[in-house]
Amino acid sequence: MAVTRAYIMRKHSQHALRHADYLLFGLVAVFTVFLLLSIFLFLFLTGIQAFTEISVSQFFTTLRWDPTAMSGPKYGILSQLAGTLSISVLSLLIAVPAGLSIAICLSEMLSPRLREILKPTIEMIASIPSVVLGLVGLLYVAPLIARVFHISNGLNAVTASLLIAIAVLPTIASICEDALSCVPDRLRDASFALGATRWTTIKRVVIPTARSGILAGIMLGFGRAIGETMIVLMVAGNSLAFPKSLLDPVRPITANIAIEIKEVTLGSIHWDALFAVGCVLFLLTFIINFAADFVIHAKDPL
Amino acid sequence: MILKRNTPLQELVYFSLFGLITACAILLLVAVIGLLLSSGYAVLSWQFLTESWQHREITKGGVFPAIFGSFMIGIGVSVVSFPLGIATALFLTEYSKNQVLKRIIQLSIRNLAGVPSVVYGLFGLGIFVHMLSLGMSLLSAILTLSLMTLPWVIVSSAESLLSVPQKFRDSSLALGATPFQTTCRITLPCALPGCITGSIIGVARAMGETAPIILVGATFYMSRLPQSILDPFMALPYHAFILATQHSSPHAFAYAAGTSVVLMVMTFVLSLGAILLRTYLRRRKNW
Repeated sequence: MAVTRAYIMRKHSQHALRHADYLLFGLVAVFTVFLLLSIFLFLFLTGIQAFTEISVSQFFTTLRWDPTAMSGPKYGILSQLAGTLSISVLSLLIAVPAGLSIAICLSEMLSPRLREILKPTIEMIASIPSVVLGLVGLLYVAPLIARVFHISNGLNAVTASLLIAIAVLPTIASICEDALSCVPDRLRDASFALGATRWTTIKRVVIPTARSGILAGIMLGFGRAIGETMIVLMVAGNSLAFPKSLLDPVRPITANIAIEIKEVTLGSIHWDALFAVGCVLFLLTFIINFAADFVIHAKDPL
Repeated sequence: MILKRNTPLQELVYFSLFGLITACAILLLVAVIGLLLSSGYAVLSWQFLTESWQHREITKGGVFPAIFGSFMIGIGVSVVSFPLGIATALFLTEYSKNQVLKRIIQLSIRNLAGVPSVVYGLFGLGIFVHMLSLGMSLLSAILTLSLMTLPWVIVSSAESLLSVPQKFRDSSLALGATPFQTTCRITLPCALPGCITGSIIGVARAMGETAPIILVGATFYMSRLPQSILDPFMALPYHAFILATQHSSPHAFAYAAGTSVVLMVMTFVLSLGAILLRTYLRRRKNW
């Protein structure tokens, strides 16, 4: 009798313990969801206060951002948005072909041993702090661009795009390589058995099979390019005017936040407006990452 | 190499092109390091590494307070983000049976990883600096950067936990161990080296981040080291940024490059060390 009771009690306490650890780990895990929601809500609720004085249409459809203008503050984000989008698209135009080439080289051409050395080396590029890339841009890339295009100042969208391309290259290369490596060898073998060359196999079989992974890699790279702050802060030129060409200096959203937030007082309209801008940036990257996640999890027919 | 004598011309052209681009990418890494060293090596000296900073005459002082600040950031971020990240990874790999909940958490992690660093900075500024009144301090910066590193820690820990064979867990459970005992004594010890080496790379990246700490507590000039975690601090990336963009001294660029070299050495030693350790542990693993 006593034995049974002790046994039952032990079972009970174990049962309780199991729920305790489940609950503890579960709570910590749910914290990530809570964090994402609270970042969004915090930006949104602070940002929305700006619209008590700024009209929504002014914010989203006008070019001029000049919170300290004599004729009354102007809060239009289109010029910054143009800077962000032009720089990130241009950098992707460079980084996507290069990243995909590296991925094909690593996954299809090299021996596993060489790949094991080269892939971490490529990923080391991602360990270069962005402020260091910015400094290299200031010291070497900007003067080079100025000389090549015969302009007086090399701090512009092209320079920033080149450096951001370096920053997002390892992300794109690494994710695309994962996607290509995941293509089962039986598909390659079947293609070879039909007499296809290696290049034809890569072009017609491997890449089409891995397309969702490749697309996800490109989108995650796009998200990173949009969010890059230090490089654009240092080499994009910091001009609030709407860019007329790619060789014009620009101030993307991220740079604008980093520059102005230190100079405004807590709770002013300017402060709230910067959080609204941050919220736009958050939503932009959120949509891209959400779509990338959806693409990765889209069921392949294989 | 797979290039054989009868390789078709088209294939030869494409493969050489891909090989060339890969070589260029590696060359780029070498070039960045080389360019920095060439413009920064002149200022590197024992004095530069150990002396405190002299604001007016930058040639007289060193960057010790910035090295100290970055080091403290690294330790602080590890202390905060490792337990949270590993616990989340444990929940995802060992406990959660609910597929919907798991999917929502994974989706959040992936999106958190993509949130721009300056947005984390805004969040830290609003929540830690103002709402919790921690002020512009080391603590605010550590908490902000920890949140930023968390997704990285979770992903690398989950990867490591998933590589522990299922039969280990089954054997333990078959011997009558509870899931908690199995996790604590079997699964976690097997996976922990992998969790930690992966997470260290995340911490190395956090130490190189500049945008968030501009917003939440880095200062350019301090006459003494921070006395508590509620003090403002100097950090290598911010120091390099200010020297490169806002200092009038003719030596400023050389000193910015020198500071960057120190920062790169710090993050590369951490990342490379973690990568090598991971490769070594993976080889030694007999399962």
